[in-house]
Amino acid sequence: MKSCLVVDDSRVIRKVARRILEEIGFDIAEASDGMEALAWCRAAMPDAILLDWNMPVMTGIEFLRQLRREPGGEGPKVVFCSVENNVERIREALEAGASEYIMKPFDGDIIADKFAEVGLI
Amino acid sequence: MSGPGMTGAGMTPQDYELLAALAKVRAGLKIDPAKTYLIDSRLAPLARRENFGAIADMVLALRAMREERLIWAVVEALTFNDTAFYRDRIPFRQFRDEVLPALSRLRGPGPLRVWSAGCATGQEAYSLAMAADDIQGLTPGSTVEVYGSDLSERCLEKAQSGLYTQFEVQRGLPIRQLLRHFEQVDDQNWRISPRIRQKIRWRRVNLLTDLGGSGRFDIIFCRNVISGLDQAARKTVLEGLAALLPEDGFLWLGVNEAAIDSTQAFKAIPGRPGLYARNPAFKVAA
Repeated sequence: MKSCLVVDDSRVIRKVARRILEEIGFDIAEASDGMEALAWCRAAMPDAILLDWNMPVMTGIEFLRQLRREPGGEGPKVVFCSVENNVERIREALEAGASEYIMKPFDGDIIADKFAEVGLI
Repeated sequence: MSGPGMTGAGMTPQDYELLAALAKVRAGLKIDPAKTYLIDSRLAPLARRENFGAIADMVLALRAMREERLIWAVVEALTFNDTAFYRDRIPFRQFRDEVLPALSRLRGPGPLRVWSAGCATGQEAYSLAMAADDIQGLTPGSTVEVYGSDLSERCLEKAQSGLYTQFEVQRGLPIRQLLRHFEQVDDQNWRISPRIRQKIRWRRVNLLTDLGGSGRFDIIFCRNVISGLDQAARKTVLEGLAALLPEDGFLWLGVNEAAIDSTQAFKAIPGRPGLYARNPAFKVAA
């Protein structure tokens, strides 16, 4: 079973994402900010990370840049999932190493599509 | 959803049977009159646009006036228009990586004509144009012309606008394709680039009756269309499409649709679900 770390400061979003991703066969862990997510990754790199942008302590983009410098940090497919929807922000995420990008709001079909696009399904 | 105040109230079983019969006769559509919720949900927006207080009032007007414009508006509203960019993904990869380059090599310089038949709101036609645009190394002088058609004028209007919501552009479209081929209009809408838009020609076509004069096509995508037709209409449409394909042309149906159940005009390509070639043993009508 593939693993996915859901990183979002909203408990509701994490709950919704968990339900969708469990339905498509992922084992889920949760983090509420970038720092907590880094701790998870240092303990065990997941196959996928669903990543919010705006979070306290450490933002999604700061987390992603740090993740890619970590040993094994190039491995996880990172799918941003954010209300940030302007082109410059999306480009910034891709240049930092994101594999795909979801603009909130989302549904199960969109998550499944994006995860399939990067070979996670 | 039928929306506030717009339900199937007052509709009789005979009304639903009339609507199903109209859809069948005019466009070969297979509509089950017992699925009243489905018919109501598809007709409610039309009844509102036409300023009827209820769907039943619109059907009453349909019976009383027999107005062609309203009849067609009803039939078009009953069509199934769910679509997405690069729907099912694999057919578009096969189109981009295998079929189009092979046909280009075979034919040499000149246009290859690709048709999205039953394109709904245009996502399939734009996907084909984007996929063709992504190909490096077609035979020099080889060009790709994409045509999009649908029964529904309203769908074609949206297709031609090239304007899609944020939700629609996230269904099937990889983010790099979005950045490459779309412009952000505002916080909620994106528009396909003029470069891709100008590659496509749009036309209203009833696949049951309007195939004459369409010209020849090298590749036809007619996906998730025949499954909404009755058996006789499937045969008519498929054999009509076969007549428009050259012997080395290809037809894509939906991954769960089978041509062979309806006609011998096509043979399935092994290992490629939904992909068909002309059956050379079958003589199509001239």
